[in-house]
Amino acid sequence: MDITLPILILAIPFAMFLILGIGGVKMPRKLAGSIGILANGALLACCYTVAFTYFFSGDPLFIIDGVRQQYQVFDVTWLAFTDRLVVNIGFLLDPICAMMLVVISTISFMVHLYSWGYMEHEPGFQRYYAFLALFTFSMLGLVVATNIFQMYIFWELVGVSSFLLIGFFYKLPSAVSASKKAFIVTRFADLFMLIGILVLSYYVAQTPADGPLGGASAFNFLMLNSHPTNVLASTLGATFMGGSVLTWAMILIFVGGMGKSAMLPLHIWLPDAMEGPTPVSALIHAATMVVAGVYLVARFFPMYCIVPDSLTFITVVGAITAFYAAVVACAQIDIKRVLAFSTISQIAFMMVSLGCAYDQPIEGVHYSGLGYMAGMFHLFTHAMFKALLFLGAGALIHAVHSNDYTKMGGLRKYMPITHWTFLIGCLAIAGIPPFSGFFSKDEMLTAMYNRDIIWGVWMTIVAGLTAFYMFRIYYLIFWWEENPEYKHDGHKPHDAPWQMSLPLIILAAVSCVAGFIPFGEFVTFNGEPYHIHLEGWVAGTSITVAVLAIALATVMYAKKNPLPSKMRQAMPGLWMAAHKRFYWDEIYMFVTHKIIFGGICRAIAWFDRHIIDGTMDALAAVTNFCSVKIKSFQSGNVQAYVAWYLLGALLLGAITWICLL
Amino acid sequence: MDLEMLWYLVPSVIMFCAGVFGFITRKNTIALLLSLELMLNAADLNFVVFNRYLFPGSMEGMVFTLFAIAIAAAETAIAIAIIINIYRAVGNSDITSAQKMKF
Repeated sequence: MDITLPILILAIPFAMFLILGIGGVKMPRKLAGSIGILANGALLACCYTVAFTYFFSGDPLFIIDGVRQQYQVFDVTWLAFTDRLVVNIGFLLDPICAMMLVVISTISFMVHLYSWGYMEHEPGFQRYYAFLALFTFSMLGLVVATNIFQMYIFWELVGVSSFLLIGFFYKLPSAVSASKKAFIVTRFADLFMLIGILVLSYYVAQTPADGPLGGASAFNFLMLNSHPTNVLASTLGATFMGGSVLTWAMILIFVGGMGKSAMLPLHIWLPDAMEGPTPVSALIHAATMVVAGVYLVARFFPMYCIVPDSLTFITVVGAITAFYAAVVACAQIDIKRVLAFSTISQIAFMMVSLGCAYDQPIEGVHYSGLGYMAGMFHLFTHAMFKALLFLGAGALIHAVHSNDYTKMGGLRKYMPITHWTFLIGCLAIAGIPPFSGFFSKDEMLTAMYNRDIIWGVWMTIVAGLTAFYMFRIYYLIFWWEENPEYKHDGHKPHDAPWQMSLPLIILAAVSCVAGFIPFGEFVTFNGEPYHIHLEGWVAGTSITVAVLAIALATVMYAKKNPLPSKMRQAMPGLWMAAHKRFYWDEIYMFVTHKIIFGGICRAIAWFDRHIIDGTMDALAAVTNFCSVKIKSFQSGNVQAYVAWYLLGALLLGAITWICLL
Repeated sequence: MDLEMLWYLVPSVIMFCAGVFGFITRKNTIALLLSLELMLNAADLNFVVFNRYLFPGSMEGMVFTLFAIAIAAAETAIAIAIIINIYRAVGNSDITSAQKMKF
């Protein structure tokens, strides 16, 4: 395959970052914005061409006997530390990568276009586009990584660009603290990921460097995915604290994914990240960056399959997070926070699905990797409809100038385009056919029921909660009771300009039809096509649950009525706990401020101030004291100098004389 | 012979001590310069005496003495220049008024 397009895919956004970042200040807004959008359009074309070539060309590089292959377009040595520790940079093309290229470039383009309208009057418009380009570059670099190190480098770059964009409104203290929180939490999680990679490398380094599996090739995904057992053979014997070293390493690597994907208990940064501009939330904190953790698990999946315990861990973490986030989303007032918790919940859904994809025969039927396909399918559909919902929320905020649903209500008459597209997004996420979320969620639930009925039931409940909270927020925004302020002229909300409405309509259209994509033909665990067929009873159950949840939401929120406040008063403790996100932030504050800062750090600070600084201060004090004492010698009186000199000379003479005697 | 050398060395020591004493006690810079010359001449005298009595065959001591006299003449010129400048700056030529030179 020609390497021009793959190189362009990385080069265009990076060049845009440099051009807009360095020269943006000198450019007029319109020029900077249009350059950004046009370059992103070119990038979109490149990504689509590469992905479609991969999926449809039938080239034996990509597909052999109907089995899709992983193909390294290029892989060059970047840093060669030793003959074993070599860091490569390359471009790996495989089903999930090609799928992610489509997702990232599509959402990125929509967000670029949308931001033209949304950010029009904000200062730093050019800087904003530069950061968007940096993020796009990092995310694309992450998904095309050929080896663990490249992935880690871009993984951190994604974190940096997320930090920059959350803190875009750097004059708002809340945005600044949110960006710091996001960076520190994800960086803290990445520390574990780094430890995991180092543990792996320590054991893999013991294989011969010159063999096909030794040295740098041990970190190549191509190698890891095709011969995971051989590459990792040396890790299998070693154990640590009752688990094999490989299990620990894979769990540690997953912790990095937990940080980026906001799994419990590292989820606390994502709700606060909503301080960033809303299109950024759509791009980074809904569609692309936060699914990096899911992508990570998918990328390492053959290795996770060697140690099923780690997959069980992923399943448990995902299941708890999904339920927790869904409950919290029911009690939030800020619509972006609702969407943020919904994102956490849906990503956890994908995690559970991947965790349940472990190759295990049940009643003679081999459900190989269904959960993997379903998780990736949901990643795809979720990216589309969640970006749609966030962009819709952005249009609402743009019109109402508030994030709270209490300032909204009855907006369906004023903002028809936003209303209909938001409704489509809600139906998609709730899992109502024929919208896309239904198909992917159904496959995921099937995989979970196949793994264990407990996970199936548990996640069906979460799916019901999802439908409930999404329609709660939908009704509270668009129905309920009209905000009386809208009657005044000048306060009347209206639909957004075309740059903002067009992405909404496109994404809504995609959300309507994406479910009919035969996704199993494209992305599967082992490259062989999987024919999606709806499991009747699973589909029936999930539709029933979703419809019941929507009906409940309709009864409670379609018109202003005292029912919600009655329910709130019936269980004030639960409502308050859910509203306060079950006090996770308070727990973190307690641990960091009271225990770490107040206890451990205070002792360390005392040691620093009194022992280390004390030693230095003592040295300085002694020197100072001596200087004060002898400074009178430096009188400027030449005769005194001579006298002292004479005294010294006589003394030396006397000593010499005594010694000679 | 030793006794004869001592005749020369004793005046040399007296000259040197007088120079040191004068250098430490006098305030006038011209007097300081004179004291300095006294010490130099004492040293020169020692050179000549030791050369003459201990190493009669060689000439190094003599040469060094001539050399030191020449250097002393140049040094005196510089010292006089400095003294004149001090005088211009403070209105007298006392060494105590040149204490700011420590900076």
